Formats: sequence, structure tokens, C-alpha cells
Amino acid sequence: MLLVKGLVKRFGGFAAVNNVSFEVARGEILGLIGPNGSGKSTIFNVLSGTYRPTAGSIVFDGHEIAGLAPHQIINRGIGRTFQIPRPFRRLSLFDNVALAGYYGQGRHSRAKAQASAERALAVVGLPIDPKAKVGGLGAAGLKKLELAKALATEPKLLLADESLGGLDEHEMSRAAEMLRRIRDEMGITIIWVEHIMGVLMRVVDRVIVLDHGEKIAEGSPGAVANNPKVIEVYLGTEVPALHKLAAASHAEGAPS
Amino acid sequence: MNFAIFEVFDVYLLEAVVNGILLGGVLALMALGLNLIFGVIDVVWICYAELIMIGMYGLYYAYAVFGLPMWLAAPMCIALVAVLGLLLHYIVIRPLLDAAPINQLLATGGVLFFLQSFATVAFGIDFRNLGIRLPVLAIGDMHFSYARLLAFLAAVAGMVTIYLFMTRTYIGTAIRAIAQDRQIMVLMGVDSRRLYLVTSALGGALAGLAACLLVLQYDVHPFVGLSFGPITFMIVVLGGLGNFIGGFVASFVFAEIISLGGLYSDLEWGYVLAFAFFILMMFARPQGLLTRRS
Repeated sequence: MLLVKGLVKRFGGFAAVNNVSFEVARGEILGLIGPNGSGKSTIFNVLSGTYRPTAGSIVFDGHEIAGLAPHQIINRGIGRTFQIPRPFRRLSLFDNVALAGYYGQGRHSRAKAQASAERALAVVGLPIDPKAKVGGLGAAGLKKLELAKALATEPKLLLADESLGGLDEHEMSRAAEMLRRIRDEMGITIIWVEHIMGVLMRVVDRVIVLDHGEKIAEGSPGAVANNPKVIEVYLGTEVPALHKLAAASHAEGAPS
Repeated sequence: MNFAIFEVFDVYLLEAVVNGILLGGVLALMALGLNLIFGVIDVVWICYAELIMIGMYGLYYAYAVFGLPMWLAAPMCIALVAVLGLLLHYIVIRPLLDAAPINQLLATGGVLFFLQSFATVAFGIDFRNLGIRLPVLAIGDMHFSYARLLAFLAAVAGMVTIYLFMTRTYIGTAIRAIAQDRQIMVLMGVDSRRLYLVTSALGGALAGLAACLLVLQYDVHPFVGLSFGPITFMIVVLGGLGNFIGGFVASFVFAEIISLGGLYSDLEWGYVLAFAFFILMMFARPQGLLTRRS
């Protein structure tokens, strides 16, 4: 369904993503993990069209999409959520989702937008009440809203960006369960970016591990967790991990 | 205080207040157009009043020179200025979208002088009017011109139309949303370039409607924009750039200052008072009457 080949994204002399290739099969949940600054969000930003790739090709459903504008990519069926929720606070909850449904599907139809919005809100478990406001939502509610907005664009492929940040243990496993349901019931393929490994490993079919913009491991959750390279860079002792985190966030500070 | 004098004074005061409201409607219409452009595209059309001037000439030529009926001439005038708004965006603004704000201001400022010079060459410097003399409505001792009343009602109708468009359609909702968060909109599938064109046409159409209403009351000449351009900018700044409600409120505040100031001396003094009020307010509330954006 998605074929990424030799993807490179440089910011000046810094390669945030360096020659990464991977494939996503239809109906799969692929986990994309790595420490902060390893290039996960940059890959998402390139896939969704926010950044133009420096080199490489991205083929989605048989068509090259590298370098297309964000709205064109969404209209082809790649939806995304954001690590930090960015709702329109002056619009109602429903309008936030319906707006994504109206523009995200390429054909601007009022009826379709509303139907998609109702379905998306129901899936994530938010009120379909047209008078509901964004203001009252907590961290978990805002994450759900992000997900509903992405779903309302009727994507074939969903890019879920660190959907679980800021949630407690219980909310995390419920959110993970929701992603699995979205795949099972709606047939949407998912790439899930996350830096918390625990919950992700229970839900994904396959994992790709990134470090310093390069792919260092790929495989089933069990195999990856036991990969010595992964253990070294990702699950390693806390002190080096912290050093890496500080260095990486310093390096990627501007672009991300 | 003598009772009879109080009675007379009161009627004139009331007349001035009502005239202020009538003026406020038209000012609010102009402020809305400017705010719409700024709120969505983040540029200020310095030449906004000159678009209105061209529109006034458009209606003058269509109605008074070519003799078209008003029901045809007015929509044509609105369409003409809407197209001008589109062209302004396409030719001048779009190439400068990522440029520094000062460059955008200079560019639209250049368009201002271009339009003034163009009008001077094309239409001459004579004052022209439609040649319509609408009657005056007398209620007791108060006198209201039908032209002003008509202008007020049409301005309100125009604003209500925009309000419904902004709240009832998804294009309007997207326009409100893009004023809140520019980046996220494209990631929801919105083609911002198209939305900017729609907004520019809408801003132009509002200028066109204002042109129709102003040319009913005032003569048109190439520099007529100078007499209401500055006041529109002050209103928009006082209301908070991009704040629709603030601009609406500020329009009526200014209109009342002009109208009531004119009551006690010449109308020109009303404008002087309005400018003085603006300068004072810029010290007191530089962020505008109502704070902008959350």
C-alpha cells in the first residue's frame, strides 16, 4: 500500500532522515519507534506533505506522492493526527470534525462531511451533539478529537503521531485498543509513531526502530525487543539514553 | 434650564444619534471587508478605499452614463470590484505571501497610487454623481435622508449575508478556522490558495457594495478614497485587526463621535474628534477595543 524508498530529509547539513526505506501492507498496524529526535516526526511530516523530501520516493496506492501539497495527499487518503492537539477552539466540536470531513475527502459534500463526522465521533467516543464545545475536553478528549478529525477525512492510511503522550496508564491502553478497533472495523491501515514502547508493542503487527534518522531494526515486536542494537540505542541504560535525548532534541530543535 | 430649549436640543441630539447609527452601518460594512482580508490572508489592503472608488465610478458609468437600470447596475458594480479583489490577490498579494509585512504594505500602497492615477487619467478630476435626489424623511422636527437609510439597510443586509455564509457553510467555517490556525488547515485537506481567492473576491464584493451605497450619497472623484479610507483603517485597528466583532463595535463608536461632534460644530470637527479619540485609544488600548484572538 505504501512503499517508501531511500527517503532523505536534510535541514541544512543535518540529516533528520537518512536513507530510510520501508513498506506498509494493507490492513497492517506498523509501529515507528525511536528515541526523541530519531526522525519519526520528520518522516510523518514528509509523508503528509508538510516537508518536501530531499531525496527518495514515496509510492502510495501505486502513485508517487513525494512532494505533493498536504491537501493533495490528504485527499488521496492519508490522514494524520498530531502529537500536540491543535483544535479550532472557536468552532464547535462537531464543526472541527466536519470541516476535516468536508475538505479532507476531496469532493466537497455537506452530507458526506456530516456523515463522516458523526461516524468518526462515534468511533472515538465523543459526543455528536452539535452544541458541544472544544473547551471542556481534557488531554484524553483532545487526543480523541485529533483522531476523529483524521478519521473524518476517510483515510485509507492513518498516521497516528504519538497519540498516547500525556495520557495515564488506563487511558493509554484504551487508546491503543481504539487504534486496533479502527483497523479491525474500519479497515484502515495505521502507522503509529510512539516513544513509549510498552503499549505499542502489544498492538502493532510490525515495528521499525529509528535512531539518528536511520532505520536500525525492523520486525515483529518480539524480535525487535530482543535485538541487541535496539536494546543498545533504545532500551539501554538510562544514563546514555538521557544523553542521547538531550543531544537529539538539541539537534532537531528547529525543524520539529 | 429652559424647558423649550431642552426640547429642541433633545430632538437634534436624537437626530444626530440616529444619523450616527446610519453612518455606522456603512463604516461597519467597509471594516468587515478589510477585517476579512486581514483575518484570513494576514495582509492589509492599503488600497481598499481605492477599490471602492473604482466601484463608485463603475456604478456611475453603468447607471448615469450608459443608463442601465439600478437593479442591473448595482450587482454589476459589486461583481466588478469582486473581480478586482481577485486580481489584486492573484497579481500582487500571492507572490508576496511569504514576504515581510512591510513589503506587502508597500505593494498594496503602490496599488493605491496606481488606482488614483488611473482614475485621474481615465475619468478626469471632475466630481460626478448619479444625479439621483432621494427625498428626505421627516419625523417631527427630525430629518433623515432616504439615501442614508437605504445605505444603512443594505449594509446591514450585506453583513447578515456574510454572517450566514460564515456560520452556515463549510467554506465560511473554513475561512473562520484559517483565521485561527493557518498551518493546520492545509493538513485537514484545505487548499489554502483557493480559500484565499474566495476570501479576496468576498472582500472585493463588500467593497463593491460599499461603493454602491457611498455613491448614492457622495460625489465620486479620483481621490474620494482619502475621505473614508483612513477612517476605515482606524476603525479596524481600534477594533483589533482581524476581529470582526471589534470592528463592528468600533464602527458605531466612530460614527457617533463624528455625528455628535458634528452636531456641536461643523462636520469636519467631528472627524477631528474621531482622529483625536483614535490617538488617545492607541495609548490606552493599543491592542484594540476587544482583545484579539484567544
